[in-house]
Amino acid sequence: MPAIDLDRLAELARIELTAEHAAAFRADLERVLALVDRLQAVDTSGVEPMSHPLDLPQRLREDAVTEPDQRDVLLALAPAAENGLYLVPKVIE
Amino acid sequence: MSTERLLASSLRELATALAEGRTRAEALAEAALERAQALQERLNAFITLTPERAREAARAADEHRRAGNISLLSGIPIAHKDLFCTKGVRTTAASRMLAEFVPPYDAFVVERLAQAGAVSLGKTNLDEFAMGSANEHSHFGPCRNPWDTDRIAGGSSGGSAAAVAAGIVPVATGTDTGGSVRQPAAMCGVTGIKPSYGRVSRYGIIAYASSLDQAGVIARSAEDCALALTAIEGFDPRDSTSLERPVEDHAAALAAADGRLDGLRLGLPREFFAVEGLDADVRRAVEEAARTYEALGARLVEVSLPRAELAIPAYYVIAPAEASSNLARYDGVRYGYRAPAYTDLDDMYRKTRAQGFGEEVKRRILVGTYVLSHGYYDAYYLQAQKLRRLIAEDYARAFASCDLLLAPTAPTTAWRLGEKGQDPVQEYLQDIYTIGANLAGLPALSHPCGFDAAGLPIGCQLIGPYLAETRLLLAAHVFQQKTDWHRRLPPL
Repeated sequence: MPAIDLDRLAELARIELTAEHAAAFRADLERVLALVDRLQAVDTSGVEPMSHPLDLPQRLREDAVTEPDQRDVLLALAPAAENGLYLVPKVIE
Repeated sequence: MSTERLLASSLRELATALAEGRTRAEALAEAALERAQALQERLNAFITLTPERAREAARAADEHRRAGNISLLSGIPIAHKDLFCTKGVRTTAASRMLAEFVPPYDAFVVERLAQAGAVSLGKTNLDEFAMGSANEHSHFGPCRNPWDTDRIAGGSSGGSAAAVAAGIVPVATGTDTGGSVRQPAAMCGVTGIKPSYGRVSRYGIIAYASSLDQAGVIARSAEDCALALTAIEGFDPRDSTSLERPVEDHAAALAAADGRLDGLRLGLPREFFAVEGLDADVRRAVEEAARTYEALGARLVEVSLPRAELAIPAYYVIAPAEASSNLARYDGVRYGYRAPAYTDLDDMYRKTRAQGFGEEVKRRILVGTYVLSHGYYDAYYLQAQKLRRLIAEDYARAFASCDLLLAPTAPTTAWRLGEKGQDPVQEYLQDIYTIGANLAGLPALSHPCGFDAAGLPIGCQLIGPYLAETRLLLAAHVFQQKTDWHRRLPPL
């Protein structure tokens, strides 16, 4: 099993890991990956990956607007919103 | 019969009592709320109780009945796992991330049960984002087992199972991604069914692992599960995986049963009974259940699921991978928690997610991120999907020689709170018997079949071929006509 680059994982997952938590997470992840590593021993050559229990094509619908306008209702759920827009920290200097 | 005693009876009996005017929806709602509140400190089965809404719904149910407009579920107290969105009622997923989230819409299941006149008392406890097998990973504290409050209720739908077992409601909703309906049902001594993937709409259920998630119900009998399942199944265009098929009247098939299961072939997967860690009392009770089925006319056949043990590693790659993708939406921008202090947008994401998610959720997101990341995708994620097909094919092969599979629901009875807290893998290994049905999309149920030496309930699991819910429910119903394990009540 390759070494875990925890900083890189935390960066990809956008989860801040404090130094005190990192050690515990690393140990847990190593245990979990040791468990799932048992998959490697199985010969799956020629097996089609199964991404879904339903071997059906996705249903299509008319290309028509079906959602009502709920902008105000949905924006009211945001931690910060103003003038019909979501507010986030400044991105462009 | 006192109203409280009545609450410990079946949905069918409650519906009859309402129809005959022996009680009213309002009286039932009051008694159920009183019991829920009285047991809340000991069980922590609920995250949110909604007494005013319940009273209002009960009054409406009584009015509809007076107007002659009644459905079987009208006036029946129920509870929803706090993973189903409820319009105007906070829906937390047992997470700090959604602790204040009030959805602007109802989940399909919630909508259907409300239309049927069922009276929801509120939202039940669960493992955060349905990730767990104990209901210990909840931002609102663990749910406790009504049979022994020092023990886990099982998970993730622990609150729903505990509420049913404790005689608060006759039926509650749950979701099952790797056993989250069946395992807590087993731990709490009640009956729970996970339908086939696609039978019940996932619309409005907070997503964990979308190719595995399925809604189900927990009740005190297979008959009550049948009644509740009919009420929540059916096509919903808002879920792209919802099956376009007519609603089935499962309970009607049960009513036509003659108390026999002649000709039913029950397969016992030999690998399941060879699992290291299968508790001796659980094995004895499940084997005894198999003999009861045999006495009812079923024929026992030995079958093989050669890759049974590999279901755990396959699941613990696929589910975290899907979870890491599904939970990417919690960014502190559109809804949910936002960290109070941060330097820039990226820092806001990182701190929001670090503070908003609990430890187990973070573990699964990180595992999912790992197995999906460049260089490991083929070795883990793709390999797990190939295993998933082989496992599904094993089940299909087993069903060539039997009609249903019989197995334990979990290798042990309920463990003590905190007992497995140190090592996540110990908890994952508990899912050995339930995960296969999720990977293959099959229906499965758990019903009580005895008690261990400590007096804790044991669950027997039946797994069926795709869309064989009626067959599953019928078998369990005939079993329950012959036995009384499902009628035992916890010493609360």
